[in-house]
Amino acid sequence: MLEITQLVKRYGQNEAVLKGLDLKVEGNSVVSIVGASGAGKSTLLRCINRLEEPTSGSITLNGTELVHLKGTALRQARRKIGMVFQGFNLLDRLTVMENVLAGRLGYVNLYQAITRRYPQADIERAFSLMERVGIAHYANKRADQLSGGERQRVGVVRALMQEPDVLLADEPTASLDPRTSEQIMMLLQSLASELSLPVLINIHNVAQAKTYTERIVGLRHGTLIFDGAPADFNHDALDAIYGGIETPDESVTGQPPAAGEHAHGLA
Amino acid sequence: MASPDRSARGEHAPRTWRKPPFIANPLVRYGIIVAVVAYLIWAFGSLPFNWTRIAEGLPRAARIFSGGFPPSFERFGLLLTGFKESFQIAILATLLGVALSIPFAVMAARNIAPMPIYLLGRAIIIVSRSFHPVIVAILFVAAVGFGPLAGILTLTLYSIGFVGKLLAEEIEEIDWGQVEAMRASGAGYLATLFYAVFPQILPRQVGLSMYQLDSNLRASAVVGIVGAGGIGSTLMNAFGRYDYDFAFAILLIIIAVILLSEGISGWVRKKIW
Amino acid sequence: MVDHAQVLSERVWQRHDPKQRLIRYGVMLGVVMAVVWAVRDIDIFWPWVWDAPTQIANLGGRMWPPSAAGFGNIVNALLETVHIATLATFLTIFLALPVAYIAAQNTTPNRFCLWLGRFILVASRSVNTIIWALLFVAIFGPGVLAGILAIVFRSIGFIGKLMGEAIEEIDRRPVEAMEATGASKAKVIAYAIVPQVMPAFFAIVILRWDINVRESTVLGLVGAGGIGVILQGAIDTFAWPTVATILIAIIALVLVGEAITSLLRRRVM
Repeated sequence: MLEITQLVKRYGQNEAVLKGLDLKVEGNSVVSIVGASGAGKSTLLRCINRLEEPTSGSITLNGTELVHLKGTALRQARRKIGMVFQGFNLLDRLTVMENVLAGRLGYVNLYQAITRRYPQADIERAFSLMERVGIAHYANKRADQLSGGERQRVGVVRALMQEPDVLLADEPTASLDPRTSEQIMMLLQSLASELSLPVLINIHNVAQAKTYTERIVGLRHGTLIFDGAPADFNHDALDAIYGGIETPDESVTGQPPAAGEHAHGLA
Repeated sequence: MASPDRSARGEHAPRTWRKPPFIANPLVRYGIIVAVVAYLIWAFGSLPFNWTRIAEGLPRAARIFSGGFPPSFERFGLLLTGFKESFQIAILATLLGVALSIPFAVMAARNIAPMPIYLLGRAIIIVSRSFHPVIVAILFVAAVGFGPLAGILTLTLYSIGFVGKLLAEEIEEIDWGQVEAMRASGAGYLATLFYAVFPQILPRQVGLSMYQLDSNLRASAVVGIVGAGGIGSTLMNAFGRYDYDFAFAILLIIIAVILLSEGISGWVRKKIW
Repeated sequence: MVDHAQVLSERVWQRHDPKQRLIRYGVMLGVVMAVVWAVRDIDIFWPWVWDAPTQIANLGGRMWPPSAAGFGNIVNALLETVHIATLATFLTIFLALPVAYIAAQNTTPNRFCLWLGRFILVASRSVNTIIWALLFVAIFGPGVLAGILAIVFRSIGFIGKLMGEAIEEIDRRPVEAMEATGASKAKVIAYAIVPQVMPAFFAIVILRWDINVRESTVLGLVGAGGIGVILQGAIDTFAWPTVATILIAIIALVLVGEAITSLLRRRVM
């Protein structure tokens, strides 16, 4: 269970990016976090695995307090938090298999890491996960030779190799074409139930959020202003989150997202 | 989403994975390792190390460094004279070198020089670039005697090699339309050169001169070591007389001047470009 | 008509505006003054200058034809020169990489290491190889060790600076991804940094090897081994035909070195 209480993140003396956020994620639920650019979605996820330092507040994962962890304790906590990135963040010049096995870096020792002598169980797990997402035949290909969708699958498998207790996905589909991004969303959804893993997905595409997740959290200016089921996410909620800032992606409708047509698209 | 051949592959066969080696052919892979090791052994084995003399090194180093600290600026006048001479050598050599590099660059540019002249120009530039300035300096010292004249000649040749090569490449890349326009208006070879070619390479030449002044100043400290004048000769004399505190003072000033000149030349080039 | 001509005559064409012209004239004046000062003040006995072409031609004449005597010696000295350059480049790698690591903004452990690293790089680069050689000859005596150390000490700055810049230019994102897996610092370096700087590393080392071959041809002039030793010997004994042979050998060595370099570079890229 991931529990965030009164999370504040402030850069220098500027206005806080996150203003006392409370969020609780239980079981194997898939939660999407929506909000305009700059609403604090990315910062929220990056505070959880401490790629950003929270200014104050508390984040606990299965009872372990993550804020203030340092050194080895932080690394051990990070092993249990998988992360999928918008830009995939792969090791471009290494093979797909090395990228996938890199998910085990928190577990193996330095000698195993450098010589790539990973335990047999890790290799088995890598192969079965890669087969699950359809990239096993690329094992010895260089990561930068894959297409965008395949690269993101590598990113997902790498995160799953960590045997995480929670999976964070920071705009996992924003660098992909619409069709591929649907596939990745579907994949995340089914993996969450297969591995009974809670997943937090930052997403720009409200239609995809409604289709593939079971709970939507809306952020605006660092404050949580919506938390509910996709069915309750109506035009008012959309307006409250995006109103006056920008129009969200709505590629599912296949129509240009002209202002005022949201109601139609979301009905 | 599952790959189609999943069942065909069999779930329980233990799968192994090794990182594909950097070089696929094992013979070549191990061959290279063996060759490198063999080379290192051969090279170390064949070099004449005088171990008894080397063993004296540490106490000597202690003596040199204790003799060198604190650096002595007592003979400041001598230091100043040395630097003045280095500057003069660098200025004159840069001026001569940059000016003379133009005809050599024209000779060595494929697009405006006839074949035999081109080969001659290339050969001169290649030869002058092959020799380290110190070797050139020692030859000029042998020919014209100790002193700054040898230094100026050395660095002039060094500048011709460096600037000439870059300039020749620049000429080869000029906008040919301007040359044709000049020829169409009935201009002769020299007029074409002056009105269509030189204006195009001039900005680059000014930048290169600044760079060359900086690098000639560095080099003038070095060619002095074989007797071609400047601060290098002062340094060599101090070293030869075991005058280590003065030598270290010279070294410190050389480093300071080099850093300063690098900064100035970088600033000026940024201004021009 | 008259008015029109008046206007025309006032339209003087000028290439630069007044301020630009002032700067240009100022710079030119400065250059001319510096040159006049240098020519008048420099410690040169001018009759020698007018005599120099004759002297140089004379020396050239004495070198011709190059002598084939002692060819075996020359080949051995060339090999020694290459060994010095290669071994020194090889040793430098182990010393320059840690320095590059602490001198790069994004990998340095702390500010003290950053400045220490930068100081090492600047100190190494500001002292020329031959001055390093002078120092090491004084310490370890004449011989190849002084030469190897001189090349190593100069190359640390070169390889270290360029590698530091390569490290600073890496893509941050894989580093972040590795940190997010819970990998330790050493593992992050091995997976996210090393593969990214590998191509730059090979290119820099090959480039420096080429430079080191050239530099090691002069080490011998201060007694630090290589072909320079026999060059100095030949000059001291006025064996000018041998000097010519040695010079030709040096050109050949440098050209071969350049060919190997461009071959390797093409293989690696």
